[in-house]
Amino acid sequence: MAQDKTTEKVVETTGIVDWVDKRFPLTSNIKAHLTEYYAPKNFNFWYFFGSLALLVLVMQIATGIFLTMHYKPSAAEAFASVEYIMRDVFGGNIIRYMHSTGASMFFVVVYLHMFRGLIYGSYRNPRELIWLFGVGIFLCLMGEAFFGYLLPWGQMSYWGAQVIVNLFATIPLIGPDISEWLRGDYLVSDATLNRFFAFHVIALPLVILGLVMSHLIALHEVGSNNPDGVEIKAKKDKATGIPLDGIPFHPYYTVKDMVGVAVFLIVFATIMFFAPEMGGYFLEANNFIPADPLKTPAHIAPVWYFTPYYSILRAVPPIGISQFPGVAAMGLSVMIFALLPWLDRSPVKSIRYRGSLYKKWLTAFVVSFLVLGYLGTVPSNIWGQFGPWLAGADRATVVARIFTVVYFAFFILMPWYSAKDKTKPVPERVTH
Amino acid sequence: MKKLFLVLIVLPSILIVQMAVANEVKIGVTAPIDASDHASLQRGAKAFINNCLNCHSANYMRYNRLQDIGLTAKQIKDNLLFAGEKVGDTMTVAMNPKDAKKWFGVVPPDLSVEVRARGADWVYAYMRGFYRDETTPTGWNNIVFDKVAMPHVLYELQGEQILNHETHKLELVKPGKLSPSEYNAYIGDLTNYMAFMAEPGKQQRQQLGWWVLLFLGVMLVLARKLKAEYWKDIKKGND
Repeated sequence: MAQDKTTEKVVETTGIVDWVDKRFPLTSNIKAHLTEYYAPKNFNFWYFFGSLALLVLVMQIATGIFLTMHYKPSAAEAFASVEYIMRDVFGGNIIRYMHSTGASMFFVVVYLHMFRGLIYGSYRNPRELIWLFGVGIFLCLMGEAFFGYLLPWGQMSYWGAQVIVNLFATIPLIGPDISEWLRGDYLVSDATLNRFFAFHVIALPLVILGLVMSHLIALHEVGSNNPDGVEIKAKKDKATGIPLDGIPFHPYYTVKDMVGVAVFLIVFATIMFFAPEMGGYFLEANNFIPADPLKTPAHIAPVWYFTPYYSILRAVPPIGISQFPGVAAMGLSVMIFALLPWLDRSPVKSIRYRGSLYKKWLTAFVVSFLVLGYLGTVPSNIWGQFGPWLAGADRATVVARIFTVVYFAFFILMPWYSAKDKTKPVPERVTH
Repeated sequence: MKKLFLVLIVLPSILIVQMAVANEVKIGVTAPIDASDHASLQRGAKAFINNCLNCHSANYMRYNRLQDIGLTAKQIKDNLLFAGEKVGDTMTVAMNPKDAKKWFGVVPPDLSVEVRARGADWVYAYMRGFYRDETTPTGWNNIVFDKVAMPHVLYELQGEQILNHETHKLELVKPGKLSPSEYNAYIGDLTNYMAFMAEPGKQQRQQLGWWVLLFLGVMLVLARKLKAEYWKDIKKGND
């Protein structure tokens, strides 16, 4: 019997926890995911953003629940109900700003989290599925942000939605029907607002939660990567079977992440209490004008986190009268992240042991992402026009085209330059 | 790694701040906004209710919110409510939108959040920017809003300006009841009030912000100490 106990039931608990453990794998799950999940001990700054993304997700859900209690998803009442929340609901302005700041900060955190994956090769074998789940989360998050942005029913909400839904209309043959189906009307209207509300508060959050779970389960199955890109499971303590460079996630990384959480919340609170509009980048001024289907704003710009892709959309020239190439390029610019695990042919994972070729390409990619991001916030005539030698083309458009090419070249040429790149020898164990 | 961090975090944030500054509409004047100047806010509230509220509504603003700028419920009732409104009512307007459209060509917009949409500087410049223009239906035009449908409601106070097309500057040709500096102060108060009205909870939010930051600062110190304590036994290098 005693022998059975040690092989069958490793977990020994007493009292209520034991009662639960006999009916639900509580202690074993806590062990598997926290106290006996061994993470590499050399996590650095870049490894804060995963847990921070989870924190922001929880904050968005919590604040979202309270907003839903007072928000009215109807074209006639939506704008007023947001102002009602801002003025008459106790603490409503704080909750609303937490949610609006949280939307932007979610993307800040997720972009940094993705960049971490990029520089340390976290998408490489055996973590391809983690990466794919992550790309799925990113796509859903973009949808979530887009649907949520319509809800305040301001001018930018309205015309932003109009522009994005019309993108689908450029798909050959079935496009116009698809966009009408998405809107539920011939133009963005009450019906659109209602369904976007449904997508925003229930459909996508459910999918996101499921994907986040899968992301974490897959991660805990294969174990975390680290800044050196070496597999800590390759070198285990012979007696215990614990990776030599692994430390229990709890308490070591829970207490470390608390430091990250504190720093992050200080940044977050500074924005949300003192500059919730962020100079028009988190909350656009035009969105304080109620939606007016008869008055198109002079300059429609998406919120900052969409602007790199929006730039690509504008940069790709139409074929004939069809804008579809731009739309396709924009879609591809987001989806292409999913191919990374198979595009990267380098023998090493981490940027620490890669050669200068890869670093140059990565820098070019980051610069093009930022430049495209900036250009997406401004009208394309911002820098004036070139002379007759370039047929008077908008300077900003030409620059956007060049960086669009760089953006895609980073991915498309990766199999070639990542394999050709000179690499440094990878250590056997992590450096700490 | 430090370099990367610098390039990826610090540079874009500097860029964003600069862009944010550049993003603000260049008006050329700065509105004298002071959310702590209750006397100015009260004068502005009075100016708003007496002049603007005849055509424009402020549907999201409740009269009793004026308690935030130092007025009592009784003061509000006695001095600012004229048509039997209750002190908890919002600042609605009696004018029928259909009539308004007929009279002005457009329905005068609700002004609750006008300052957030246009900026305080814009409102400040706009209210001082009317000039005589016989080509428009109202006989008035505005230097920051060309061919605006709204006539110069406060011309008795400001007087009449014309636009010098050579210098592109406004010139006062017929003085009003107020001197130019008095009129500027009057509009300054009005703009200050409209900025308050656009987000009455702003001051309270910012005050709360300091307490939250203080709490988070303490939390950061404790979290760092806790982390250092736990991580003492994680050896550097390979064991």
